Amino acid sequence: MAGPTYDESAIIDVRGLTKSYGQVRAVTGVDLRIGRGEVFAMLGPNGAGKTSTVEILEGYRQRDGGEVRVLGLDPAKQGRLLKQQIGIVLQSTGVDRYLTVAETIAMYSGYYPHPRPVDEVIELVGLAHKRNTRVVKLSGGQQRRLDVAIALAGDPEVLFLDEPTTGFDPSARHEAWDVVKSLAALGKTVLLTTHYMDEAQHLADRVAVISEGRIVAEGAPATLAGRDSARPTVSFPLPDGVMPPPELGARRSADGFVEFEPEDLTGALHQLTGWALEHSLSLDGLRVLRPSLEDVYLQLTSPTLPTPQIDDPSTRGRTRR
Amino acid sequence: MNTAALTLFQMRFINKAFWRNPASAFFTFAFPLMFLVIFTTLLGGGEVHLGGRVIHQSTYYVAAMGAFAVITACYNNLAVGLVFQRDAGVLKRTRGTPLPSAVFFGAKVVHTLLIALLLVAITVAFGKVVYNAEIPTGTPLFQFLVILVVGAASFCALGFAITAVIPNADAAAPIVYATILPLLFLSGIFIPFGDTAPAWITWIARIFPVKHFADGIQAGFLGTAFHWSDVLIVGVWGLGALLFTLRFFSWEPRN
Repeated sequence: MAGPTYDESAIIDVRGLTKSYGQVRAVTGVDLRIGRGEVFAMLGPNGAGKTSTVEILEGYRQRDGGEVRVLGLDPAKQGRLLKQQIGIVLQSTGVDRYLTVAETIAMYSGYYPHPRPVDEVIELVGLAHKRNTRVVKLSGGQQRRLDVAIALAGDPEVLFLDEPTTGFDPSARHEAWDVVKSLAALGKTVLLTTHYMDEAQHLADRVAVISEGRIVAEGAPATLAGRDSARPTVSFPLPDGVMPPPELGARRSADGFVEFEPEDLTGALHQLTGWALEHSLSLDGLRVLRPSLEDVYLQLTSPTLPTPQIDDPSTRGRTRR
Repeated sequence: MNTAALTLFQMRFINKAFWRNPASAFFTFAFPLMFLVIFTTLLGGGEVHLGGRVIHQSTYYVAAMGAFAVITACYNNLAVGLVFQRDAGVLKRTRGTPLPSAVFFGAKVVHTLLIALLLVAITVAFGKVVYNAEIPTGTPLFQFLVILVVGAASFCALGFAITAVIPNADAAAPIVYATILPLLFLSGIFIPFGDTAPAWITWIARIFPVKHFADGIQAGFLGTAFHWSDVLIVGVWGLGALLFTLRFFSWEPRN
């Protein structure tokens, strides 16, 4: 079989990945290239194919089609070798509740050829004070730290984090985020899935939005799907019957605010504020809005939007605006 | 680490977790002794006719509870514990590490075998001290150890196999007990029926492995005839269970 050539610098290289469960097409053609040391977030609603994709990369599931390389290895054929070099944090996984934190990590360390010292791992995830505590007595946030510690026990090159903070309270989420940031600081490549915008924005160097089994947008969180170049909306309150100069093209919105989308933001604001001063009007509450990551995400993953029915891999997985 | 060292390494942690789980340790160790005392007190005065021999019921129960202890440790506890680990995601996590499946299962089986040996030793010692039961020596001891090890391994395999039809942890104990309790009764573990049981009961007992295992154990204690066919039938059940496990075992919660 003549396979495609692989990008040598890519730690994770996925091309045209497909996976179905019976009649359900869970993954319909995913392409991914993730470089060394990158923190990459896969963002998507439940059932979009995030977990299926990640579990194929981890070697849990067999793919139906496409090519997959993680650290140059095919997870379907070289699973044992691959598992020595990756760490996995699954959505929900338990550990034996009667072992202590240190014992648990020592046990998992024993499975790997070149483990990271147990106490170093414990220190890294901030569980030093719980070293000899039994797992059953840890809080939710601490258990998640232990999950990450276990994933780090084998000193992996690549870490997979599947929805690392789903179901967490805010403080536990921030704890988990700190741990992920420390992983990035170690130079590990991290692939995480999430359905929280703020999580992706906070942690990831790059984000891919996955919807109905394929990637519909990909880029840095700040520029995803043209967020940065989209026209801003200027919005402000005005008394009834008063409207700014018509050349601004302003209109009243449903919430009673007046708004417009200027091409030249600086000039338009200058004109607007000058007009307001001249008429002694207050513009208190003036806002300049750009589409948030959430707006972009909702637009990209909304099931009411028409989605392209084409099956040409060369046009698939590209950014839509 | 090589496979043997890794298995030993894994067993150390299984053993730690086992003794720190009070419920499991209690059920495994206290149940057989408790039953031994209860049954012997209630029914231990009589005699059982086995293969033309007359056996005191208290001695009978030492052998029967020895067999019961092994079945509890290997079949019941292993199956319930595995389903619990499966539902909690422990198995899936282990699957994501380089630990070979054979080592994961092997360590569990060897640990359970050792627990079974310890249980039998305790039951025997208890029977010897309290009920003056005989302890096998020479050839019967060897035969006893063979049926013990083959039986324990086979019931471990059956414990693995049954998890494939258990949908979730809530259903684990009911399904495990529903499959084993009737057989324990129909195989004379709790109520000895000697040579005079109705034909349909003896037939059921002949098909399933519990009675064959108990007969083998009894031969060691009671001096009744030892049949290698008992070892064979128990072993075939174990082998069948192993094949079923390899085909249908699930590492992930079934939902």
